[in-house]
Amino acid sequence: MSGGNNTFLGMPAFPENAAAAVQNSQLRFNLRKATHTIRGKRAGVVAELPDWMELRQAGKEIKDHTLRNLERYLLQLEEAVTEAGGHVHWAADADEANRIVADLVKATGETSVVKVKSIATQEIGLNEALQAEGITAYETDLAELIVQLGDDWPSHILVPAIHRNRSEIREIFQDKMADWGRAAPEGLTDEPSALAEAARLHLRERFLSTKVAVSGANFMIAETGTLVILESEGNGRMCLTLPETLISVVGIEKLLPSWRDLEVFLQLLPRSSTGERMNPYTSAWTGAVEGQEFHLVLLDNGRTQVLADEVGRQALRCIRCSACLNVCPVYERAGGHSYGSVYPGPIGAILTPQLRGMSSAVDASLPYASTLCGACFEVCPVAIDIPEVLVHLRGKAPHARAERLGMRAAGWVLNRPGRLGRTQRLGSRLRRFVPKRLPGPLSGWTNTRDIPDIPAESFRDWWNRTDGGAR
Amino acid sequence: MSGGAAGPQPGLEPPAEARGRDSRDHRGPQASARSRELILSRIRAAVAGAPDVEITRAYRTSSDLAGVVELFAERVADYRAVVHVADPGEVAGVITSALERRAVTRVVVPDGLPAEWAAGVEAARVAEAVRSGSGAGAVRSVRDEPALSAAELDAVDGVITGCAVGIAETGTIVLDAGAAQGRRALTLVPDYHLCVVRVGQIVAGVPEAVARLDPVRPLTWISGPSATSDIELNRVEGVHGPRTLEVVIVR
Repeated sequence: MSGGNNTFLGMPAFPENAAAAVQNSQLRFNLRKATHTIRGKRAGVVAELPDWMELRQAGKEIKDHTLRNLERYLLQLEEAVTEAGGHVHWAADADEANRIVADLVKATGETSVVKVKSIATQEIGLNEALQAEGITAYETDLAELIVQLGDDWPSHILVPAIHRNRSEIREIFQDKMADWGRAAPEGLTDEPSALAEAARLHLRERFLSTKVAVSGANFMIAETGTLVILESEGNGRMCLTLPETLISVVGIEKLLPSWRDLEVFLQLLPRSSTGERMNPYTSAWTGAVEGQEFHLVLLDNGRTQVLADEVGRQALRCIRCSACLNVCPVYERAGGHSYGSVYPGPIGAILTPQLRGMSSAVDASLPYASTLCGACFEVCPVAIDIPEVLVHLRGKAPHARAERLGMRAAGWVLNRPGRLGRTQRLGSRLRRFVPKRLPGPLSGWTNTRDIPDIPAESFRDWWNRTDGGAR
Repeated sequence: MSGGAAGPQPGLEPPAEARGRDSRDHRGPQASARSRELILSRIRAAVAGAPDVEITRAYRTSSDLAGVVELFAERVADYRAVVHVADPGEVAGVITSALERRAVTRVVVPDGLPAEWAAGVEAARVAEAVRSGSGAGAVRSVRDEPALSAAELDAVDGVITGCAVGIAETGTIVLDAGAAQGRRALTLVPDYHLCVVRVGQIVAGVPEAVARLDPVRPLTWISGPSATSDIELNRVEGVHGPRTLEVVIVR
């Protein structure tokens, strides 16, 4: 699978990716259908709860409180997990996390692992790192299986294969399943139920025989050391229950202080994510249970850098529900791959440049991948003000020299009323010479707009001359 | 922003503090302890001076819902689970006919299953033992003692359990591996799950359920059968977990 971080490096900036994506009418059709369907379901189940706004407020505050006291709660979590028979490891960056997981797998003597869908492990490129160590990682979520078999990238947080339709999926299953294990059944149709059955058969043997599983987690409870995973298919339960060793790689921001806090997030997440009152399966376990060996790898990989930014740190409240993707007019047309990261859509546009920095073309372009319409903020279950962070990051993004010079000149003029007045008078006198279209690279701007007319006299001058129209 | 802007780019290269270390050196308790200190010190620096945040819990933490049982039945059925409501005297009969209807011939029976439910299993007769080839006749109860292997579990047709809590508002059943529930794999590998819920176990909403549960026990929250919407957003029941969930509510 090529969904790792590194694959996205050297990718063109968002505008180029998006320009290509909008030419793909099949992709636009798939995206529109999917995002509108989930959007409608979400609106329905959110409206059912009379206290949604209070839950949202509590969700925001619990996360902010946790982030403010992150050190204390991480230490509490470490103690609780250890006490419950689990092992806690700390990984400062992707390389270290991958090394820890690879060593843990090797220590078991196994050469394959089953995986629960986890964006954190995609962020660090775990599958590729394990492959380099001779360990095969098998994705078991249906969509992730489609992505892995198709040697593709995920394009949505909740439904990573949202860009594929049923006939494409059938083709991928028929061509690739045999390379990874049990082949697709003879005469496989493109009925969704037949495709799901093919995945069930393909993975069942794997679940029953694989000794090591790797997962992420939706929540970690500091007070009790409990980890929580929400899912739909039961592949998560298979991975969490059957193997002898479980390794969970979890970002340090996934923490909640107390068991009680789940009462908020188990209402916010399913309704925002799949638009269901509750997802089919939620598993919670504390340390080593039912004889299983348990390892927790706590991952920083840039999160503390995001935490240091007073405006940007609110992105760490994210619970990965993907509601912002489904309402975004830009995501709906450009698709997930355009964002060049495992975190697509509005949340990706603020998370990726903060986690990775803005030195690459695609990362520097992400704060601009938005119309600032604010729909994402409105649906966010933890009230992340995504437009605010986008504007903040635009200020920090690298700008072209000409743009910086222009902005500095504009600032110099606008900073003093006297300078502004003199500049306006100069403009009025020269207004006959202003062209209809600007030359050179500036023509891009005037290709689609007219240059505003410069008035013969500024409003202030008119007011002073006529005493507000009285003379 | 207190110094992150000019800092290293995570994911692109190792942070400055980690540079100079051989990547092989990431292993072992010493490396992990070093990274622990590093992460904790970064956190301290990042949030220094930030104000704390009060948590307001203005949302509903309990509701006096009339008709909680009816709502629970309706919401469970919404997930396309099969729902029965029975009086205590009828439970065994409901279990018997459910197993017969599904032609389930081998059923895992966890420890602590009430005698009357077990009697319902014993009474079931399947005319044609289609799946296990065990011949027409009585449904066979399979005990998880000694613990069944994954393959053995895969060879049974169904499982019958109780539960710890039911949530009306979301139509959810929570299992905590306690009496009459068994370990987590029992309700996962077999294709059919019959769950008996007592009225006293049903609460109105999620907060009441969280308050009743013990996080030290392994918990499984179940809302309908296994499902996926990964293919064009079409809901398909039954991917890896049980394809059929049948719920008997005992008044």
